[in-house]
This record gives sequence, structure tokens and C-alpha cells, in this order.
Amino acid sequence: MAEEVKVFGTWGSPFSRRVELALKIKGVKYEYIEEDVYGNKSPLLLKYNPVHKKVPVFLHNGKPIAESLVIVEYIEETWKGNPILPEDPYEKAMARFWAKFVDEKCLPALWKAGSSPENERAKAVEEACECLKTLESALNGKRFFGGDTVGLVDIAANFIGYWLRLFQEAAGHDLLSAEKFPALFKWSDEFSSCSVVKDSLPPKDKLLAYFKAHIAGTKAAETNASN
Amino acid sequence: MEKSDLKVKVLGTWSSPFVMRARIALNMKSVNYEFLQERLWEGKSERLLKSNPVHKKVPVLIHGDKLICESLIIVEYIDEVWPSAPSILHSDPNERAIARFWAAYLDDKWFPSMRSIGFARGEDEKKAAIAEFEKGLVLLEKAFGNCRKGKPFFGGDQIGYLDIAFGCFLGWLRVTETTSGIKLLSEAKTPALINWAHRFCSDAAVKDVMPDTEKLAEFAKMIASKRRGEAPPKS
Repeated sequence: MAEEVKVFGTWGSPFSRRVELALKIKGVKYEYIEEDVYGNKSPLLLKYNPVHKKVPVFLHNGKPIAESLVIVEYIEETWKGNPILPEDPYEKAMARFWAKFVDEKCLPALWKAGSSPENERAKAVEEACECLKTLESALNGKRFFGGDTVGLVDIAANFIGYWLRLFQEAAGHDLLSAEKFPALFKWSDEFSSCSVVKDSLPPKDKLLAYFKAHIAGTKAAETNASN
Repeated sequence: MEKSDLKVKVLGTWSSPFVMRARIALNMKSVNYEFLQERLWEGKSERLLKSNPVHKKVPVLIHGDKLICESLIIVEYIDEVWPSAPSILHSDPNERAIARFWAAYLDDKWFPSMRSIGFARGEDEKKAAIAEFEKGLVLLEKAFGNCRKGKPFFGGDQIGYLDIAFGCFLGWLRVTETTSGIKLLSEAKTPALINWAHRFCSDAAVKDVMPDTEKLAEFAKMIASKRRGEAPPKS
């Protein structure tokens, strides 16, 4: 039976890349549709995700699913090989806990630390560092959060594994460094260089340019606001 | 010893919808548990800070020596450790994804929009908050129509994950109706959900843990006074 597996995403989004990474881990072939999320969202995207109107959207045999971690769990449950989650219910709960922590605490804190106005910067950086420190504790000496292989938490933390270093280069700060978070820094190297991951990452130059433009835009708005 | 025979405790409060989720799930599985009540309005206890150092929040499920946090994660854990009927999550991955999607929507968007009604200052802000909240209810009424497939609950013949995720907010929804003077669930706008709400609250696993609306309203007043720095009323 010909299976329809489609991902609606955007090249730079860590959220849509999570879905692609999960599919690559499972060895599932899929069709990728690039969405112009800033300019012109396609009618299909709006039809498949009317509530949030965002990427990623996953389409499997005509049925759409939205929200990246919901999609990743769906992929895990639908294609059984190369598991992303542990079998033990407690370990599974812990993986879900840390994935949620990344999404709800780490990512907003990291984004804020890079794009806050000057007078709020120090506090934002401190909060972001607290998050990274807490997340680092979850690694607990393992190569990946998932153990020997990439798992749900690694997938959820993909922004930290790859995007963050480019984001901080563009923002001119050094949140994730080998000195401050040696285990997490090492993990980010392992993550972004591991074979199943590195082919599904956005190109460095393009992403750096995007971050630089975004931060310049934020700074310009700040300047205009204070004039 | 079987995992499912280990001692079970829930750290929480009677008023928290999130804590209710854990208790409903345990009730559905007929699991006996000890309810350790926190008095959060008096500050966070050592016990809570130790049990959930990352978020310092309730609920925490204590199962043997394991600590599980985050209400929806707890519900899934309960379903997996006590897999006997009734199932809380659907067996089909697509149904599970739909339920998880709406549960995330409830937590990330809908419940915060309900809280905004309570925090709104002035008529205009209140009107705007209510309008936003009602948009969400329309979405949920439609989702209910799609999920239920003619059955009484989101989960089908019995309450399931999404019924729990949504139904836990009914107490606070009723308090919001009382304090705002506006019917949020109504025959006109949400006919299916109004009936669902009655059925949910009457469910055996729910009725003893759903707080009484008046008691919750009094509690809300007490918290609001504390927040304003007023002296607590003599109880």
C-alpha cells in the first residue's frame, strides 16, 4: 500500500526539523513541503492546522497532525523500529518531562536572552543559564539524553544542539560554552555531528545570516521605540 | 514486588485542576492512593520543593520511590503502569495524537485565556478576555463533535485522556461564570459541551474530586485578598 507521508515545514525551524529527524531515525520516507511562513502560508497549511496556523504539520494517509512533539510521539507509536522513547513507563515519563522542560522553559529563556533589550539582558541571561544548568543535569554522564542513541529529549533539544551556537554568535553572547556547561556543550557536538542528525540540519551560513538579520531587526525596533 | 503494588501518593491541593487529573486517572484504575495536601497559599513546603525541584509545583505522583511530575505526563504514566481497563488513552496513534494536541491547546492557550478573565481590569479588558476565551470554546465544541463520534465523551463510551484534560477545569470555569456574571458554557453556543460537562462531573471517577463551586469561589476570594495584601478573613 502506498503510504502518504508528508511534512509541511520551514527550512530554519527547529520544530519542523524535529519531525524530519524522527522520521529519519525511523527510516521513513517522506515528502517535504517548504512553507513560506512569513510571507504566504499555503491554503493546505491553513486547512491542516486551522487552530495554530503553524509549521510543522504532519500528514499521514490524509490525516493531519500538528505540534512537533505530538507528531514525534505519533511517529514513535506508528513506526516501531529504532525507538525514540524508553519502554519503561518511569523512564518514558522522565523523557517526556525533560522534553516539555526544553519546550516550555529552555527555549523561551534562550530566545529572550538573545533578543531582550539591553536593560533586561542580564536577568534574561541568568534565567537562560539556570535552564541550561538544569537541563545539563538530566544528561547524567550519558552520551545522549536518550542514552546511546538519540531519543525524544535530544530531538526536543535540537535548538540547543545546533541552532543555539549560531544564535549566540549572531547575538554576541556566549550562553552555551564548554567552560560553563561542559557536558551539555559536548552533547551538542555529539548531537549535531551524529550521522542521522547532521543531514537534517539547516545550512550554517544561511541560519547565521537569518539570526543576524533578526537580531538587527529587533535592535532597530528598540532604537526606534526609544527615539 | 509488582510495580503496580507499590505505594501510591499524590502531592497536591483540592483546588488544583492539574492535581485533579492525576486523581481522576488513579480513580479510573481503582488504585488506592494517599492524598498529601499542600497548603500552597502558605508557601511551598520542603516536601514539595524536594519532590519537584525543577518546577516546585503540584501535582507530584509518588509511586514507590519514583517521583513523576507534570499532570498529563502523570496521566499517561498511570495508564501505562496500570494497563487494565478502562484505558485512558486510545489505542490508535492518530486518536492519541488528536487528544494530545487538544490537551496541549487547553494548557497553553485556553486555560490561560480563562485566567485572563479573572485578572482583567476594567470592562473593556474583561470583554476582550471573554471574547478570546469564547473563541476557544467554539473550537472545543467543534473538536468534541469530531472526537466523540456520537458517543458521550471525547474518549468514547467512557471518559478518556481529553475528557480528563478538559473536564478538570470545569470547577474554575463555573467560578469564572459566577464572578464575571456571564454564562461561558451555554445552550446557545456550546450545547454539546454543556451536556458533556454534566456527564463528566457525574462520572464515578470524577465526582468525589471535583471541587464544590461555592467552596472554590470562596477559596478564590481568599487567594485574591492575599494577593492584594489584605488580612485573611476569619474562617
